[in-house]
Amino acid sequence: MSSTSSLEVEKKKSPASERVTGSEAVLKCLLEENVEVIFGYPGGAIMPIYDALYSYTDKLNHILTRHEQGAVHAAQGFARVTGKTGVCFATSGPGATNLITGIADAQIDSTPLVCITGQVFSHLLGTDAFQETDVVGISMPVTKWNYQVTRPEEIPYAIAKGFYIANSGRPGPVLIDITKDAQLKEFDYSYEKCEKIRSYHPYPILDEKSISDAADLINKAQKPLMLVGQGVLIAEAQKELIAFAEKAGIPMASTLMGLSAVPNNHPLYVGYLGMHGNYGPNVKTNECDVLIAVGMRFDDRVTGNLDKYAKQAKVIHIEIDPAEIDKNVKADVAVNADAKEALQSLIKVTKENQHKSWLKEFRDCDEIEFEKIIKTATNPTSGGILMTEVMKKISDKTKGKAILVTDVGQHQMVASRYYAFDDTKSNVTSGGLGTMGFCLPAAMGAKMGQPEKQVIAVIGDGGFQMTIQELGTIFQSQIGVKILILNNNFLGMVRQWQELFHDKRYSFTELTNPNFQLISQGYGIPSQKIEERADLDAALDQWLNSDGPQLLEVVVEKEENVFPMVPAGASVSDIRLG
Amino acid sequence: MSNSINNIHGDKVRDFTLSVLTEDRAGLLNQITIIFTRRKINIDSLNVSTTEVPGVSRFTIVIQSVSKDQVEKVVKQIRKLVDVLGAFVYEDDDVYYQEIALYKVPTDVFLNGNKIETLVRNSGARILVIEKDHIIIEKTGHKSDTHDLYDKLMPHGLLEFVRSGRIAVSKSKRKTEAFIQQLEEAKSNRLSIKDF
Ligand SMILES: Cc1ncc(C[n+]2csc(CCOP(=O)(O)OP(=O)(O)O)c2C)c(N)n1
Repeated sequence: MSSTSSLEVEKKKSPASERVTGSEAVLKCLLEENVEVIFGYPGGAIMPIYDALYSYTDKLNHILTRHEQGAVHAAQGFARVTGKTGVCFATSGPGATNLITGIADAQIDSTPLVCITGQVFSHLLGTDAFQETDVVGISMPVTKWNYQVTRPEEIPYAIAKGFYIANSGRPGPVLIDITKDAQLKEFDYSYEKCEKIRSYHPYPILDEKSISDAADLINKAQKPLMLVGQGVLIAEAQKELIAFAEKAGIPMASTLMGLSAVPNNHPLYVGYLGMHGNYGPNVKTNECDVLIAVGMRFDDRVTGNLDKYAKQAKVIHIEIDPAEIDKNVKADVAVNADAKEALQSLIKVTKENQHKSWLKEFRDCDEIEFEKIIKTATNPTSGGILMTEVMKKISDKTKGKAILVTDVGQHQMVASRYYAFDDTKSNVTSGGLGTMGFCLPAAMGAKMGQPEKQVIAVIGDGGFQMTIQELGTIFQSQIGVKILILNNNFLGMVRQWQELFHDKRYSFTELTNPNFQLISQGYGIPSQKIEERADLDAALDQWLNSDGPQLLEVVVEKEENVFPMVPAGASVSDIRLG
Repeated sequence: MSNSINNIHGDKVRDFTLSVLTEDRAGLLNQITIIFTRRKINIDSLNVSTTEVPGVSRFTIVIQSVSKDQVEKVVKQIRKLVDVLGAFVYEDDDVYYQEIALYKVPTDVFLNGNKIETLVRNSGARILVIEKDHIIIEKTGHKSDTHDLYDKLMPHGLLEFVRSGRIAVSKSKRKTEAFIQQLEEAKSNRLSIKDF
């Protein structure tokens, strides 16, 4: 290979060029891409950019987080509720490596990000200079694209390309590493948006034959079931999806990442899929005759044992990323397309239909689940407070209109089960990577993205302490998130597995927690703590109706388990109800 | 060397040659190889070269003992890389392919009768360099051919042996240039998967 290490800078003479430093160019490029908020943390190698930022604070809102992981998760939260590309800044070395968890999270959950990292002077590259780390190498497996800039002339093109790649097709994170000399040097700046890359074709051309094949299956189906993934939200295909489901009378189930694409009270919505999903959609997956997967990737937490997954069904897979097709589940009909476009076509050729008795089978399952689990879970009369009742109450009180941001663990599964979403793009969680510590910073980003909406952060006592420092950001920037800590004094999800699969050997899962109220107080964030069921309603009302950020700690039953559960490696039809 | 054995899942495994056209950019080698590493697939040989189209590189990658299903999944991941223009999978019958091997033997083995010289001539190899103390023999062919000569020279004291990665051209009529053209002309940012 040749030693070209730089992008060919577009030769096209663009309108007017002006002489600026690389640093200022970075900010100008961000403005060209309509960036409003940047989450970041400064340091030596990115100081020139921060210096330029000092004169741009009227145009760019920079939120100083307390850790780079906080910055990247905040950018993710922002992206997930707005559909826009989240942006974060970090310095070289430790600043850059601190971003990696969030970048990996964004990659697996298809979240558009542009992360800009400072790098040591280009003449020091490869010399183990102070705070030099090969972040391009480190981030390669977890970015959609990354690039190192060593000359200011490369900045506009790299950023334009980065934004285009991050938020087209199946979105993902982009990292642009800029050496300090490239930030400092002046050059003739001009900007041109990127609209095409010859080696990158993010939008497949819809094959009409696949649509008619799909329609043939759907029109003949007696027991169709649709699986709704995040692809529907990304493609903004919610309306098309619902119209299609209504026309063909198809029950819709959602993956964790697809939650909020369909309002939970829709008559055809049959619940949440996967390990801790609802009973109906899990068992019926193995009884349906046609399975229509839209913008989802058959993750193992959804499918359980693949050898016993939907073997009886014809599978239609509507998916924009060709690499997902036939990866886990073989498709009988693969529709490689943007979900919106595919559904628009599909609706034209599907017959109006109803599957009343099939739908009733789901409702029968719902009844079983209600009797066996939900009834007591949401309305216990004795014992400690349960996460389930708290989430049910929050769902009722907000009417499902708030943005729900969750961390990882039991509370995440409970919240996803008991919160009845009634507003689209209102579910923010770490699905594919399961990153504890995601919630608090992601909630900040979500609130920055949708300041008019109520943003609720539901966190376990374990995960809260992974990014607890972001309380500082919330305080400094007065970000009005409502923080709920469901405190069971355990790493609850791990404890549950220890109880069920490791003979209750609670190896390092019990926590001795600090006084969360005192911590909150230290950060100037009002808080309450409740331990009695009788106090729950009043506390929730006060918390939800408060202005600005507020923390509520609810001490819950220590050893509550989340059910139903598809044990790892089991079939979805072997879902356990207790 | 088309072998037809089964892997632990009972799938038929064999050798594949991947031909990957890319933009000429640093870092791509790493991006491509980590796709294999992550799936614990060994790369048997890898060759990078320029193509007849300026600015376009070709990676020729040989992987052994994988199933068709595995190789297809890997190729889809390679195609996903932003700077990859196209990736094609071939079985041995679909391509013309060659490898080159160099053998260093002590000059004096040639002096002990003409046995070696006949051997070299009969195996279609050629003598590249003759030095006072060693001779370099060059042979082009399939792996089995260059290996044959290796086996024959070994008893006579082989000082050094090296074999290149496979290079291959497909038997189809497709032209790289026409392919790139097609990518460039693809309506805006759309492309049908069938074009690959
Ligand atoms: C960064 C990270 N480390 C470890 C885990 C493994 N893990 C998954 S859930 C969980 C327990 C979470 O405990 P807590 O935050 O208290 O929530 P709970 O399950 O009790 O609701 C752990 C340790 C993880 N998902 N992420």
